[in-house]
Amino acid sequence: MIEIQNLSKSFGDLLVWENVSFRIENNETVAIIGKSGCGKSVLIKHINALLYPDSGKVLIDGSDIHALDYVEQRKKRQLFGVLFQGSALFDSINTFENVAFPLRYFTKQSEEEIRENVMQSLRYVNLEESASKQTSELSGGMRKRVGLARAIVLQPKYIMYDEPTSGLDPQTAEEINELINQMADALDITSIVVTHDMHSVLKVADKVAFLDRQTLSWFGSVDDMKHSDHKELLDFVTASEYQIKG
Amino acid sequence: MHSLNELGKYSSLLYQALRSSTEFSTYRKNLFQELVKVGYDSVPIIVLTGVFTGSVMTLQSAYQLQSAFIPLSTIGAIVSESILIELAAVISSLVLAGKVGARVATELGTMRVSEQIDALESMGFNSVSFLVVPRVLAGILMFPVLYIVASIFGIGGGIAAGFFSGTVPPADFLQGARMYFYPWNVVFGFVKMFVFGFIITSVSCYKGYYAKGGAEGVGKSTTDATVLSCIFVLLADFILAALLL
Repeated sequence: MIEIQNLSKSFGDLLVWENVSFRIENNETVAIIGKSGCGKSVLIKHINALLYPDSGKVLIDGSDIHALDYVEQRKKRQLFGVLFQGSALFDSINTFENVAFPLRYFTKQSEEEIRENVMQSLRYVNLEESASKQTSELSGGMRKRVGLARAIVLQPKYIMYDEPTSGLDPQTAEEINELINQMADALDITSIVVTHDMHSVLKVADKVAFLDRQTLSWFGSVDDMKHSDHKELLDFVTASEYQIKG
Repeated sequence: MHSLNELGKYSSLLYQALRSSTEFSTYRKNLFQELVKVGYDSVPIIVLTGVFTGSVMTLQSAYQLQSAFIPLSTIGAIVSESILIELAAVISSLVLAGKVGARVATELGTMRVSEQIDALESMGFNSVSFLVVPRVLAGILMFPVLYIVASIFGIGGGIAAGFFSGTVPPADFLQGARMYFYPWNVVFGFVKMFVFGFIITSVSCYKGYYAKGGAEGVGKSTTDATVLSCIFVLLADFILAALLL
């Protein structure tokens, strides 16, 4: 379980958000939504302690990740798989090696076991055929899927998706949404999805955290969101062309 | 204030690198790759720099010391001493600031802006140990080796230029070089390259590691890394000369 308690963050004089609190239960998928620049990606970088808050806590299974020493913090980070906005694939190595990368450093698996696990992860994302390709040869959607394969290869407890469908055509975006659901179901993963794509939210999320006006403006289930009369949330939802209400 | 802030961040990065230098298993593979990139891959440019530095130095010395009262061996002494004590280290380092420093800053800067460093950290890697430590160690270890290459080819270039231009016969050149050879000068050259290797790789790692702002940011960090490395190399050269000579 992930619990965010009164989290506040500024960069210099710029307040990103303050007093953000919500809880993510095991095996649920929470979408963090909000306008561009509202600090969604900054928030998930606090969850695995890539960034430190000015005040507040992030409890991962009960322990404050920012209060841990570096070695313990790194162990906690290994509970997370992260799909970055630009996929963050290592461009000096090929697809197979990108996925094998965490296995080579964090496990004592034999070459055969590594191959088996990598191919299984690539099978999940339908990219078995592309294992030997250089990452520069992959399309945007394929890069996201390789990023996802790398994120799940250590069988994380939590997975964070940063704008998983941005920059993708609708069909590929739909495939990514399907994959997020498959991962959650097949691997019992707790998912956090940062997005402003409301179609994706409706497709994958159980709960929604809405960041607006430098704080957590609304938090609740997708069903509650559909019937909410929160003005800013409604404006945000209706602006995305999808009719949630009625 | 800004400079103090930069100095603080640079010191903090070095402290983290020092602390994580014990995690050998994390950077072992990268260290060997970096030794090749910093050392072996730099040999051609260092050979070229050495040969031309020695050649030009010989031709200019021969031109300036045209006198029946000055023995030709003096040219060999001047050229070889200048190369060992100053030119092999400083000119090579300025060239390496462009080659090694720019590469390191660009690599790390690109990794930073494309979130590859965040990806490493989020997997549980110590990114400083993985990326910074092997590059700085490779600089410290390989720059002195490159100094030997630059010195050999610098003196060799001087001998060749003297021979082919007909100004200094090789025997006279070598006689002068041997007569004024002091082993301390070579030690001094090694010390300098050790320090310059550290400066260039650590400054470039720092600039790349904290790059921000996309392609433009990477370009700026690369330029800053090269310019700052050159400035600090020249400053360190002065300080070392004042302290050790």
